[in-house]
Amino acid sequence: MNIQTNPNKLRGFERHIKVEKVKVENVSRRSILKGLGIAGGFVLAAPVMSRPAFAAYKTGADKMPHGTVVDPRVFVAIAPDGLVTIVAHRSEMGTGVRTSLPLVVAEEMGADWSRVRVQQAHGDEVKYGNQDTDGSRSTRHYLMPMRQIGASARTMLEAAAAKRWGVPATEVKAINHEVVHDATGRRIGFGDLAADAAKQSVPSIESLKLKDPKDFRYLGKGEIRIVDLRDITVGKAQYGADVRLPGMKYAVIARPPVTGGKLVSFDGTEATKVSGVEKVMEVKGWPWPSKFQPLGGVAVIARNTGAAVKGRDALKIVWDDGPNAKYESVAYRAQLEEAARKPGLIVRKEGDVDAALKGADKVIVGEYYLPHLAHVTMEPPTAVADVKGDKAEIWAPLQSPGGTREDVAKTLGIPEENVTINVTLLGGGFGRKSKCDYALEAALLSKDLGAPVKVQWTREDDVRNGFLHTVSAERIEAGLDKNGKVIAWRHRSVAPSIASTFAADTVHEAAFELGMGLVDMPFEIANIQCENPEAAAHTRIGWFRSVSNIPHAFAVQSMVAEIAHATNRDPKDTLLDLIGSPRLVNLSSVKDLWNYGEPYDSYPIDTARLRKVVELVADKGGWGRSVPKGHGLGIAVHRSFVSYIATMVEVSVDEKGKLTVPRVDTAIDCGTYVNPERIQAQIEGAAIMGLSLAKYGEITFKDGKVQQGNFDNFPVIRIDEAPLVTNVHIVPHDPDTPPSGVGEPGVPPFAPALINAIFAATGKRIRALPIGKQLET
Amino acid sequence: MIKLKINGQEQSWDGDPDLPLLWFLRDEVGLTGTKFGCGQALCGACTVLVEKEAVRACITSVSDVVGREVTTIEGLHPTGDHPVQKAWRDLNVPQCGYCQAGQIMQAAALLIQNPKPSRDQIREAMAGNICRCGTYQRIENAVHLASTGV
Ligand code: FES
Ligand code: FES
Repeated sequence: MNIQTNPNKLRGFERHIKVEKVKVENVSRRSILKGLGIAGGFVLAAPVMSRPAFAAYKTGADKMPHGTVVDPRVFVAIAPDGLVTIVAHRSEMGTGVRTSLPLVVAEEMGADWSRVRVQQAHGDEVKYGNQDTDGSRSTRHYLMPMRQIGASARTMLEAAAAKRWGVPATEVKAINHEVVHDATGRRIGFGDLAADAAKQSVPSIESLKLKDPKDFRYLGKGEIRIVDLRDITVGKAQYGADVRLPGMKYAVIARPPVTGGKLVSFDGTEATKVSGVEKVMEVKGWPWPSKFQPLGGVAVIARNTGAAVKGRDALKIVWDDGPNAKYESVAYRAQLEEAARKPGLIVRKEGDVDAALKGADKVIVGEYYLPHLAHVTMEPPTAVADVKGDKAEIWAPLQSPGGTREDVAKTLGIPEENVTINVTLLGGGFGRKSKCDYALEAALLSKDLGAPVKVQWTREDDVRNGFLHTVSAERIEAGLDKNGKVIAWRHRSVAPSIASTFAADTVHEAAFELGMGLVDMPFEIANIQCENPEAAAHTRIGWFRSVSNIPHAFAVQSMVAEIAHATNRDPKDTLLDLIGSPRLVNLSSVKDLWNYGEPYDSYPIDTARLRKVVELVADKGGWGRSVPKGHGLGIAVHRSFVSYIATMVEVSVDEKGKLTVPRVDTAIDCGTYVNPERIQAQIEGAAIMGLSLAKYGEITFKDGKVQQGNFDNFPVIRIDEAPLVTNVHIVPHDPDTPPSGVGEPGVPPFAPALINAIFAATGKRIRALPIGKQLET
Repeated sequence: MIKLKINGQEQSWDGDPDLPLLWFLRDEVGLTGTKFGCGQALCGACTVLVEKEAVRACITSVSDVVGREVTTIEGLHPTGDHPVQKAWRDLNVPQCGYCQAGQIMQAAALLIQNPKPSRDQIREAMAGNICRCGTYQRIENAVHLASTGV
């Protein structure tokens, strides 16, 4: 295993170190044709050249493994009948990206969307650039490259038409799937021009003319529906487990119940007697921690999944539980909370917080606790693999198709070029499907069996053997002067790090975790100190939608309301006071400021934008309006994934403590955007996920084992408990503001806004999640 | 040999009669529109119609439906234009889409039993179907749209 030990580079992973080795010149035309799968009709094909993206604003895109590829010949094909095929190289897990990015290309090309077909890219980052669909990065990193690709294709089409007519290219323009020459009224369809356009040289990025945003036909409008909409509603959309190959076997696996445990022995006699079971076999496991390598265990191979599950129930297995056999959540919580009460590694320091706290008129202390969470994507992990000799083909729901290709090659010991990764639709991702262990399991089994295999995780497997969201204790001390002004702020965050899944002995949060709402806290306070005491992991920790922003924002935004209460002021006014003057926050005191991998110049922390979403949500949501008895309003704001989001929640708590949420309002400023309708959908969904984690979300351990297994003991919000209405207010589209994240940032402010609303309704301050029975009387 | 009727077509099965219908549909017949989400009747992803009732295919064995009509998402409407399917598209309900076949089948069953459900009745009838993406507000509106036309 090649494990990167510098945890600060873990987002984007150890794959960074391989970038220099990649050569792009040798990708053949044939492979492009194959990739696009339209023999004969392909025209804009030529050798692939990667070039840096030229952009009005800079993003961190080129620092991602394999960077960006801006080349119309890779992403666009035009058939003689005019059908335009645009490649979607990011994974679709519900955000709408498979529609949005191709739509951007179509917009700039002047293509008519009804004559566009979207084709999903294989996992091939040399060809397409980075494909890690995580970190709320797709639109942020690819809006401009996709515009350039579209503009480039348009320029080639226009040049071809101008040449045919013998007029200057400046006199023609592409519009609605044809190129027109206004002066003479001549027009030629894209299909007729395709062959000639392919012969044009690809213009330099610097020479491209982008469309004036006021001429946009699709971008920013929200009128285009996702390309898979019809298929989804008729049962034709293809997810991972829907792939069926001739001769395919079905497998379920019994994995070690404790992280770091291993197989001692097994008896498959009874299992093999189950009707439909064909074989019982060992699956290779890797010692912990080993990034995304399989845990190992015993596989039951059958003619269908039901038989495999029944066979697994009949297995007799002896496990060695290993070093984490004593992991126990009650004791671990006490340990984290104890650590939070003592000094830890200082990760941000401005002024003298000790002196300021000592001299303060009043010190408010808040201790918060947030437990482990499981992703429970509606589609549990699953993958199909067909390994033949030194070639492997995978079909799976993957957030990281490029990384999976590397990992499959490494695991099987075959060259990367021999691995084909087919990306299906993802039935939810939330970070779980950034880890490809399930695809590696399928590859190992297929190799051993010499047949195609589908590995299906059951829900219990998903809950018990996944990569959990961290567990954390957060402690904030706020020192106030005699006027109630906050003069000191010390925030300690203690949580096992995702880096522990890559490197043993990890005890500190990585820069990318600290940078999610701890060290980038935007308040205008003279004395600030952030600390990160040590915490060791005892299970696999992984990215979960919005990651460390969940605990950090919960602590910070709960504390704001606690300060408001202690000083008898309005929570929204207190929040705005703390944010302070409109400015770009100077974070030069923070070493390794992550800033979501983005250059600070393009994506500074702009408190004017932060204030604006607070004011917008307060205005639209009617902050201060009178509410019925038992109701309360709460507010919270958080910048994450370089977007600004404020949420206002109205709750109702009855005499028995039953919590309902009549209304949610969320304001989002995500810069320029593609599809406001999908932004709205993401924010509606984030409210549900926020409510789920606040109300019920908790994974606990005893004797090293996860105590939950399915939706009965790890409940999520259902429709009868969902907010009655969630209103989404998008800060109007400004084409000059760089695009920022949408998929994740809706989650962090929800729980604190909810908890603050509960306090307003009941006077009860909840400091540990989930709410569970805490409101019951 | 078990004989059953799925989307109007005869199917037979000579394997384990206790095999959950879900896996028979998906792995043996190849009707993959019906999804697996929990295997314990907790999420509704596997919902199909058995005659006029919504049934969880993950806990229904093949032998339970002998001689009965099973309808899956693929067979709900010949052209995929059942009022519920149309309403789902009109309101852009799906995000990842994985739960939606189950949601649509549950909604279709509700409208058979109760063509004009109230908002509360919609929320009650749909509460067995989880959507982890959180499309509930649109599901409620889409069921309402399918039942009332507005
Ligand atoms: S899979 Fe049947 S109810 Fe969840
Ligand atoms: S749309 Fe993703 S689970 Fe419902």
